[in-house]
Amino acid sequence: MASEQDNLTDRVRAEQERLSEKTGTDEGIGWNGQSIKEMLETAERQYEETGHCYGIDELELKSETPIEYEKIFSQLRGGLVNARETALNISASPIVKEIGELSFMLYTPEGDSVALSTGIIVHVHTTSDAIKWMIRQDYETNPGIEPGDIFCNNDPHIGDVHNTDVQTIVPIFWEGELVAWAGGVTHEVDIGASSPGGDPVGPTSRYDDGFDIPAMKIGENDRLDADYEKRAEMGVRTPELWKLDERCRLAGCHMVRDAVHSLIEEEGVDTYKRFVREVIEDGRRDFKQRIRELTVPGRYRAPTFTDVPLEGEQGLPKRSANDDMMHAPLEVNIESDGSFELDFDGADAQGEHVFNCTPSALQGAIWVLLTQTIIPNDKINDGAYYATETSAPEGAWCNPDTVRAATADAWHFLRPSLSGMIRSLTRSFNARGYIEEMASSYGDTANYFQGEGTDMFGEPFATLNFELSSQGFGARGFTDGFDAAYAMWNPEADLGEVEVWELLEPALYLGRRLKPNSAGMGKYRGGSAFESVRMAWGTDELYLQNNGNALAFNSPGMFGGYPSSTGYIHNVRDNDMDERIENRDKYPIRDGTPEDSQMFDYVDGDDRQFEERGTSLLEEYDERDLYLSVNRGGAGLGDPLERDIELIEADLNDEHVHPEYAERVYGAHVTEVGDGAYEVDPEETATKRERIREQRGEEAMPVDEWMEQRREDVVEGNFIPVVKRSYNESLELSEEWDDHFRSFWDLPADFTFETED
Amino acid sequence: MPEYSRERIESLIDGTIPFDDAKDMMSAYKDSDRFDTYREILQERAEWDDTILLPLTDHLYVVNNGSERITKCDCGHEFGDYRENWKHEALINVRDSREDLQEIYPEAMHSDPEWMVLREYFCPGCKTQLEVEAVPPGYPIIFDFRPYIDDFYEDWLGRNAPDKQ
Repeated sequence: MASEQDNLTDRVRAEQERLSEKTGTDEGIGWNGQSIKEMLETAERQYEETGHCYGIDELELKSETPIEYEKIFSQLRGGLVNARETALNISASPIVKEIGELSFMLYTPEGDSVALSTGIIVHVHTTSDAIKWMIRQDYETNPGIEPGDIFCNNDPHIGDVHNTDVQTIVPIFWEGELVAWAGGVTHEVDIGASSPGGDPVGPTSRYDDGFDIPAMKIGENDRLDADYEKRAEMGVRTPELWKLDERCRLAGCHMVRDAVHSLIEEEGVDTYKRFVREVIEDGRRDFKQRIRELTVPGRYRAPTFTDVPLEGEQGLPKRSANDDMMHAPLEVNIESDGSFELDFDGADAQGEHVFNCTPSALQGAIWVLLTQTIIPNDKINDGAYYATETSAPEGAWCNPDTVRAATADAWHFLRPSLSGMIRSLTRSFNARGYIEEMASSYGDTANYFQGEGTDMFGEPFATLNFELSSQGFGARGFTDGFDAAYAMWNPEADLGEVEVWELLEPALYLGRRLKPNSAGMGKYRGGSAFESVRMAWGTDELYLQNNGNALAFNSPGMFGGYPSSTGYIHNVRDNDMDERIENRDKYPIRDGTPEDSQMFDYVDGDDRQFEERGTSLLEEYDERDLYLSVNRGGAGLGDPLERDIELIEADLNDEHVHPEYAERVYGAHVTEVGDGAYEVDPEETATKRERIREQRGEEAMPVDEWMEQRREDVVEGNFIPVVKRSYNESLELSEEWDDHFRSFWDLPADFTFETED
Repeated sequence: MPEYSRERIESLIDGTIPFDDAKDMMSAYKDSDRFDTYREILQERAEWDDTILLPLTDHLYVVNNGSERITKCDCGHEFGDYRENWKHEALINVRDSREDLQEIYPEAMHSDPEWMVLREYFCPGCKTQLEVEAVPPGYPIIFDFRPYIDDFYEDWLGRNAPDKQ
């Protein structure tokens, strides 16, 4: 043990000695001899009774010493950002090192977040859930919480989004008391699931989700346990990256601990204790104030759907090889007191697939979006969590009623479902005149290059290519969305260099280009997506999956703008790339669109996979086989007939849109003027637009007439089984949704759809 | 607290604002008088005299037409009580076939119409496309936004709505 002790800083060693003085007494590790469970229970009671975090009525520190208050926050925030920027260099994973998919957080002893670094701020609250879970499970008694301990969690049923987000949690002591927790999280390339990668498609229950660390103590004396390290090494497909990520998280947590110790030495522990509580109550008040400043009270509805097409998929158990339509009937309620409630009542049921998510994951996804909309400039912490409410019906995809539910690709549905929150907030921003904040939606992400096999060095590999964190952003209130530059659910927003990914993945980039017609059209269009054409290279074993919406739009537009396009699968195996390379013939550097496709024109293959669905399990690829990553664009905003002529010309000449769509949707009169350049005639366009408006009047019908016609389809159940099953699940899980659906179509009280199963 | 000229707000509404200026506005604290300036501009631009209470979309407003609060298009078409979904008084076109969807999207880049359709809602007056819903067939019409007008004015702005002054 002596050598173990040598690892420790003097401060941690002193804290161990100080805590050992409590051995044999009734004193807990919390403040003033309390257990931390008592502290958590007290905090919860105080909030329940007063509506204020920790019962704090007056922000005394802030009002009495405002400069010091800001200085303390800046020091903590600086410590967290410094930890992140330093620690990421310990990692070798491009996800962490290049893209920056990590963050560090500071918590109170009760597990409320005080401050956080930049990075994957999804985990501002998920790690809080994990800490509170440990407290409620009485970890203070067993396995014990001591200076130098290291805890780890990646279980979403405890507190996480999906288990490839791995959290390291370190207790911080001061003079025998637990004063804080440091948390660090990284997104892993692989988690050892039944299929490879950081967003695996294959799992059908949590037992397939991969390496599971349910809030475990994994080290003491600032050192990771060797047996844990061995277990982790053998549990994932990328052990070297895992080990370096683990050290990255631990080093960052220790830097956060040092920053807290320095602050307490400077300011005194009493000031520190007052600050960390006040700043959370301050965060709660600030969130409510921001709601009042930016939005309009009201009820907003913004449902979203996505497709899970697994019918007949080989390699899945029969219970899982089904099509599923996931329904997120998001309702946002903003009340005049500034309260903000997200209600998923009416969501359909959890599935025997990997796309479920837990309430903790839902909170995480909400947080990452709120920090870019309502609270981008202020002190972000769990105060804002206390100012919001989220309701998810038990048994729904977003609140599974069993821990058996697989969640390793929870993002598949979290991304689209929370776009409804952005659309709802945008309605408010528009109403208040804050047009610069508006966004119609954001692009979903996929299909990303994800798989396993043997790399060009003959070594086993697995990958999740994180170029997925740049997508088309939704149209703004005053201009188009960003092209291939932003993923709102993951605001690191960096593609990563092609060369970096090629170091890890045995597949060359033949091209990475903006994808025409991927943006939702509108007065302002969404950002265009991009696509990557990959060619298997230097490998004798490569398995890749596809993932992403294709049968349903899941990035709807606003104010008359259209959704962004869906994706599809286009891969060409057993092809003639060898001959093309040998003969210096053309080969595809993009697909374009299926109607104008280099993948059709410039490569022949005996095994061409061109499918309108977007998701598949692992499939085998050989040397020179081609794989297409089709990413998604952002949604449009406003009537397409109002799009500015110059913008249409730019779209045509920069290949965002093909001329026939500019003519049909924008009403543009397009002329090719040579060398693939286009011009749009304003006068002819005005005439054409007038004709389209007249056509709309002739072809559209009054809504009540349409409802009368379509009611019979509902009564007769003239829909495909997957749609009827989704409706039935929503009807069964929610009385309110049941009433809404039946009253809308004037159906009998016992109405459900008849399905074969 | 920043202050912006009326011209700046107009350029934002018109989409002519330089991006850097809009970016500065995103990064700064919000100007507390924005709503009033915005509403004034919209009111002056309206070709009718009804009092705008709240913008709903880039074409629709909640107005008081002298006797009741209704949803109104900037072309003058009235959709009725703002507490009811204006879409029920609109024209609708549903894209529920591949042919219809492929007028907007290339092959394979649109929904499968058996899984999801597009519903386009037009103003019966000016035929502007006001909203597009992406929903499975049979889904109830979405009531996007039902504002609490008096709560907004009285509790948040500290005054009565313009039609109650």
